Amino acid sequence: MSEILVKDKDVVIPGQTLATGMDYLPANGTLREEEKIISSQVGLVNLNGRLIKVIPLTGPYIPKKDDVVIGKVVDITLNGWRLDIGCAYHANISLRDGVEEFVERGSDLSQYYNYGDYVMAKITNISSSKLIDLTIKGHGLRKLTEGQVMKITPSKVPRVIGKQGSMISLIKEKTNTKILVGQNGWVWISGQDPEKEIKAMNAIKIVNEESQTDGLTDKIDKYLGGKNDIQKKKQ
Amino acid sequence: MTYKRKNNRKYDELRPMEAKVGVIKRADGSAMFKIGGTTAIAAVYGPRELYPGHLQNPQKGVLRCNYNMLAFSGSGDRVRPGPSRRSKEISLVTENALNPALILDKFDNSVIDVFIEMTNTDAGTRCAGITAASLALADAGIPMKDLVAAVSVGKIKDALVVDLDYDEDSYEEGVDLPVAMMVNSEKITLVQMDGLIKKEEVIQAIKNVKKALKKVHKVQVNALKEKYAK
Amino acid sequence: MKSHFKRIIEKGIREDGRKFDEYRKIKIEQGVSKSAEGSARVMIGETEVIAGVKMSLEKPFPDTEEEGILMVSSELLPLSSPDFEPGPPSIKSIELSRVVDRAIRESKVMDMKKLCVTKGEEVWAVIVDIYPINDSGNLFDAASIAAIAALKDAKIPSVKDGKVDYKKKGTKALPLKKEIPVECTVCLIGNKFLVDPTYKEEEVVEARLTVGTIGKELCAMQKGGSKELTEEQINEMINIAVKKTDELRKHLK
Repeated sequence: MSEILVKDKDVVIPGQTLATGMDYLPANGTLREEEKIISSQVGLVNLNGRLIKVIPLTGPYIPKKDDVVIGKVVDITLNGWRLDIGCAYHANISLRDGVEEFVERGSDLSQYYNYGDYVMAKITNISSSKLIDLTIKGHGLRKLTEGQVMKITPSKVPRVIGKQGSMISLIKEKTNTKILVGQNGWVWISGQDPEKEIKAMNAIKIVNEESQTDGLTDKIDKYLGGKNDIQKKKQ
Repeated sequence: MTYKRKNNRKYDELRPMEAKVGVIKRADGSAMFKIGGTTAIAAVYGPRELYPGHLQNPQKGVLRCNYNMLAFSGSGDRVRPGPSRRSKEISLVTENALNPALILDKFDNSVIDVFIEMTNTDAGTRCAGITAASLALADAGIPMKDLVAAVSVGKIKDALVVDLDYDEDSYEEGVDLPVAMMVNSEKITLVQMDGLIKKEEVIQAIKNVKKALKKVHKVQVNALKEKYAK
Repeated sequence: MKSHFKRIIEKGIREDGRKFDEYRKIKIEQGVSKSAEGSARVMIGETEVIAGVKMSLEKPFPDTEEEGILMVSSELLPLSSPDFEPGPPSIKSIELSRVVDRAIRESKVMDMKKLCVTKGEEVWAVIVDIYPINDSGNLFDAASIAAIAALKDAKIPSVKDGKVDYKKKGTKALPLKKEIPVECTVCLIGNKFLVDPTYKEEEVVEARLTVGTIGKELCAMQKGGSKELTEEQINEMINIAVKKTDELRKHLK
């Protein structure tokens, strides 16, 4: 006999039994141990028919092909750049994937991307030995000048963006800033007014830390001072 | 049964416990675990790049533990800073105690560093360290089959007791037997023992320690819920 | 992007909204270690440092036969920051302990002669170990406060048959003056001076000056960072430090 022991959105911890019997199927964040499905993460239960998933509330970024991430240049090689994208493996941008124009052999590559520069790039390939290829060719991909980069929990990225981008739009509009969110949990913020820039960062910090709480949009709206105009426009 | 424990503690009674998750803000995961006069703090960094490359494992991530006592945390003289033979062995058995629970196949070629510091000691430090480290790994979001809890069991005179304190641990003819276990599945990941004891008593001791470990586990669960299920 | 962060500071704004001469919230807790003769935990914002004092009976140094021994040591635990690595003491941790040591030693806050048991034979050695638990910036000031708070908390252990009895807690405090030394580190970023930097601010600090004071006097200084300073800048940094150390001392009463 199969039985489900948790409700949707319950907070569960590793080793906790979520269901017994063979009728349910373990998905991400869970595993089957004999006749039981147990959680392998601290996270929120997500029930979808017979599928049981745990959405992690904490954890490292695991790179996936086609993810758009923000990275920091940590090395310049003979034919491109090495970037830190907040995971255990370095990522590479080749000359061809980094620059439109023809680059002559032996020219100074730091004129394109220098040490410490941040870029928004897309993962095009992950080899079996964990070499990550990035490209900067594509819509919205570019070098990030000005602004600041902050780091949030990668699994909270969808919450920071919000439904159809509602949360991030709210923060952008209220603080008059430009914000880009990488799938790796690195967030770039840039505004004319440094005080508002910091305010936007604090708002993102709140979403990151209190992602489970209800009425978060209202809370952020209040924090940024004022009526939630965007929500109203949409209704 | 003549042995009487300090503060009228029962043979199967643990000292008061306390646990907190997320105590070190710069770490990817962290936890404090306190049992009686012993306090361990643990921090997790990673998965991150592992150098030198020959230490890398292309199948899964490598767990690297580092156990250390603060210089003033010992009961007598100042502890000399830096690794000792004792601390290196404890680091090793800590790795072995935690590894079976972890699912590291997504982190191939990388390392997960766990640093364990003892700020106060009154015996049972390796067990407290393992218990704190397991919590810190869960806090860091490293996938795992189960939390690992650890506590010692021992024999003083004729009595089998759990969670020995320093006086009990240093009792001359006493036996100390630290055990770590994945609590839900009751799989044991650490057993060590020193002292003379009968086979039957060892079997009984391991049986007794399971009950104690459930209590440690409960404190771990509450600490995680405290941070994540507010 | 670092320069962007610097420009924001130059515009007069800190990431956490603090004033430039404002410390984060300071919390001091003494007696945090059962086995140390004295100990303290200091929190400055999210930065946390623990210091402990151990004492033992030792043979004095030949050139100071009538004086006790003081040693300050620190280890930048890899537990406290992703930037610290395991291994022998780094140059950063050596600088940290030496700067803290200097303020304690040169302020003469401790009467080293009173730590002598038998001239030329036996004196008390006082060893202060400092450990960061979380490095969110400004370890220098946190370490200096923690070391002093631990020394103030310390009790000389009892002695039985010529040997230290660590099991029995002593009752006698260390021979410390009423006035105590405290250090404040003033940082230069762009054209601004600030105190108590966060670790993010520390990344853009160009020069720093740690100043130790006791009463109305200065007892130790250390310039750090790669940028040069003018006489006027040093004067201003000292002024800020004197004012702030007076404030910090109030936390240690």
